Amino acid sequence: MNVPVALASGQPAQFRDTRFTVPSIRCAGCIAKIERELPKLDGVEHARVNFSAKRVAIHHSTSLDDVDLTKALREIGFEAQPVSENPLARDDADTRMILRAVAVAGFGMMNIMLLSISVWSGANGATRDLFHWLSAIIAIPVIAYAGRPFFASALMALRYGRTNMDVPISIGVLLATALSLYETATSGAHAYFESAVMLLFFLLCGRALDATMRTRTRAGIGALLGRMGKSASVFQPDGSCQRVSAEELQPGMLVLVAAGEALAADGVVEHGEGAVDNAMLTGETTPQTVGSGSEVHAGAINLLGPLHVRLTAVGGDTALAEIARLMDEAGQSRSLYVRIADRASRLYAPVVHSLAALAFIGWMLAGAGWHQSLVIAIAVLIITCPCAMGLAVPAAQVVASGALIKRGLLVKDGSALERLAEVDVALFDKTGTLTLGAPRPDISTLDDTTRSVALGLAQASRHPLSQGLADALIEEGVKAAIVDEIEEQSGQGLTGQWEGAAVSIGQPQTAQDGMASELTVGDRHWTLRFKDPVRGDARQTINRLESLGIASRILSGDVSQSVERVASDLGVPAQAGATPHEKLALLEGLKADGHKPLMVGDGINDGPALAAAHASIAPSTASDASQQAADAVFIGEKLAPVAFAVTIARQTMRIVRQNFTFAIGYNILAIPLALFGMVTPLIAAIAMSVSSLVVVGNSLRLARSGKDET
Amino acid sequence: MTGLAFLIPIALGMGLFGLAAFFWAMRSGQFDDMDGAAHRILIDEEDE
Repeated sequence: MNVPVALASGQPAQFRDTRFTVPSIRCAGCIAKIERELPKLDGVEHARVNFSAKRVAIHHSTSLDDVDLTKALREIGFEAQPVSENPLARDDADTRMILRAVAVAGFGMMNIMLLSISVWSGANGATRDLFHWLSAIIAIPVIAYAGRPFFASALMALRYGRTNMDVPISIGVLLATALSLYETATSGAHAYFESAVMLLFFLLCGRALDATMRTRTRAGIGALLGRMGKSASVFQPDGSCQRVSAEELQPGMLVLVAAGEALAADGVVEHGEGAVDNAMLTGETTPQTVGSGSEVHAGAINLLGPLHVRLTAVGGDTALAEIARLMDEAGQSRSLYVRIADRASRLYAPVVHSLAALAFIGWMLAGAGWHQSLVIAIAVLIITCPCAMGLAVPAAQVVASGALIKRGLLVKDGSALERLAEVDVALFDKTGTLTLGAPRPDISTLDDTTRSVALGLAQASRHPLSQGLADALIEEGVKAAIVDEIEEQSGQGLTGQWEGAAVSIGQPQTAQDGMASELTVGDRHWTLRFKDPVRGDARQTINRLESLGIASRILSGDVSQSVERVASDLGVPAQAGATPHEKLALLEGLKADGHKPLMVGDGINDGPALAAAHASIAPSTASDASQQAADAVFIGEKLAPVAFAVTIARQTMRIVRQNFTFAIGYNILAIPLALFGMVTPLIAAIAMSVSSLVVVGNSLRLARSGKDET
Repeated sequence: MTGLAFLIPIALGMGLFGLAAFFWAMRSGQFDDMDGAAHRILIDEEDE
C-alpha cells in the first residue's frame, strides 16, 4: 500500500507526522483513494486513514507544510483541516485507562469467583483458608489498579467537601477488602473479595460505555478560529506588499486580499470590486457583492478579484472573535447542569451511609460485639452500593445513541440526551437548517448527454454553485463524461474540452435574478437557475415536534422577505434580521420565563445561541464552531432526526427512571436481610449480577423501540 | 487435592495470558479504527 518515494535530492530526509481531519471520508473507496494517491506526491512517505475518527495521519518530509498537504488532499477531492496537537488526546487516554481497568477487573472477578464458588459449595478448613488467601493475592492488586478512577474522583469530591457516587463506592470497596483481609487472616468463614471486585467490574463497564459514547461522536469537530485568515499582505509605505501574521495587524493598515483568501481582520474596502462569501459569519450562502466603502469581516472569503481593505478592527476586536467570546460565556450556564446520576446519588449516598452507621450502632447496642457489628454494617454498604445504579444511566444512553446514529444523529454525550428530553420550545435558523444551505439548480431542461458533460465539468470545482450542480446531477444518477483540459478561473468559471467541443460553465451573459450560471456545450447554451430549497420533510418535522408538545419558531439573521416566505410555507412564527446578540437575548428571555429551548442552527452567528440553549442541534454542514457548540449533529438532507432525537431522548429518560426504580427497589428488598446480618457473600454476588442484568436488558429495549417508531 | 496445585496455576495463567493479549492489542492500536477495519476489507488491492 505504501509506495516508496525517491526524494528529489540526496539530502537527509527529515520526516514528521501531521494529522488532518477529513469529514468527508465515507466509504472504502475514500480510504483507498487517500492512501494510494497521497504517497504519489513527492515527500509523502505514507498516509493512514482512521475511518472512525475521520482523520488522516500523513508521514511526510519536512519540506512539505500543512498548506501543501491540504492542497494535495483537496486535489483528490477531500476538504481537510490540519488538527493542532490533538486536543482530544486526553479524552482518548482516559478511555484507554478505563478499558484497561475493565480488563483487569474482569480477569480478577473470574478467577476469584472460581475460588469463591468452591468455598460456597463446601470447601472448609485448610482448603478454604488457602482459597481465601489466593483470592486476596489476586484481589488486592486488581482493586488497587481497577479502583483508581473511583478513588481519585472520590478523593477529589471529598477534598472540596462534596459527595458523589464514587464516595460510597470507594468506601464500600475499601471496607469490604479490609474486612475480607481480616477474615482471611483469622480463618473466618466469609470473605467478600468477589463482591468488591465484581462491583468494580460492573461500575467500570458503565464508565466504559459512557466514554465510548463520547469518543464515538466527536469525530471531525475542529476548532473555531481555524477559518479566520492567519496572515495578510500589508502594503508598505514604498508600495510593496509584505506578509504580516494576524496577531501583528494594526487598525489602519491597508491590506491586499487575493481571490480565494480569507480575511484576517475586519475592515472597509478601499479599492476593487467583487464578492465575498460570508457563510462563515451569517450563514448566508449567496455571495455578498462588495465595492468601495463596503464593510467586510474576518472569516469572509474573497471570491473574485483582489481587494484593497483598510483594517478597522483586528484580533480580539473582530466580529468573529466577539462571537467566539459570546459562545464561551453562553456555554458556561450549561456546565452547571447536574446529570441525573449525580442528582440521584446526592439523595442516595447520605441514606446509605446513615443506614450502615445505624446498623453498626444498633448491633453494638444489642450487644453483638464490634466484629459482628462491623461485618453487618459493611454488608449493608455492599448490598446498597449497587452496580445497577452505575449501569442504569450509561447502558440506556449508549443504546439510545446507537439507535440515533443509525438514524443520522450524533449525540455528543449523555448529558446532551438528558437535556434534549426536557426541551419544550424549538427555535430554528433558516438558511442551512430549514433549508439545505446549498444552492441547487433546476436541471429539468438538460438532456442526458448534457447532464453527464455538466457533471464531468462541475465536479472539478469547489465553487458552491458547481458543487450544487454536481450534487443535484449525482442524485439523479448521472454518470460523469470525461472532460479534458479543465481550467478554472476564479470568478469566471470553468472551461474544458469534451469530444473536441469547447464546454464551459460560467457567469450568465445576461443579468439574472438570484443565483444563476450558464452552461455551454459547443455552441448551445443553457441558463441554470439556483435556489436554496427548504428541506423536504421540514413541515412533517415541525408537526411531529408539535405533537410532542414543542412549539417551533424561526429565528434567522436573514432578511425578512425570504424568512417570511419560508415561515408562511411552514406555518410557524418567525423573527428575521436577528444579530447573534439578539438571538442570545431571545434565548435568555425564554430561559428566564422557565422554558427549556432547543436551538437548531448552523452558522457561526447561531453559535452563541447554540451554546446558550438548553439543548442544541446543528446540521453536519454547519460551521465547525457551531458543531462544537451544539449537543448533537445531524447528517444528511432530512430534518427528521431533530424530532426523532427528542422522541428517543424522552424514551431514554423513561428507561433510565425505570432502571433507577428497579435498582433502588431491589436494594430496599435486600436491605432488611443485610440489617439482620443474613447477607452472605453468595447473596451479595447474586443480588449484584441479577440487578445488573435486568438493568442492561431493560436498556436494550431502546434499540428495538427506535426501529418501531417509524 | 494435588490436582489443585496444577489446575489453579493453569487457570490463572490462562487468565493472565488473555489479559496480556488484550493489553497488547490496545497498545498496538487494534481498537483505534473499528469502522475502518470493516471497510478496508472491501478495498481491491491493485497491482502497482
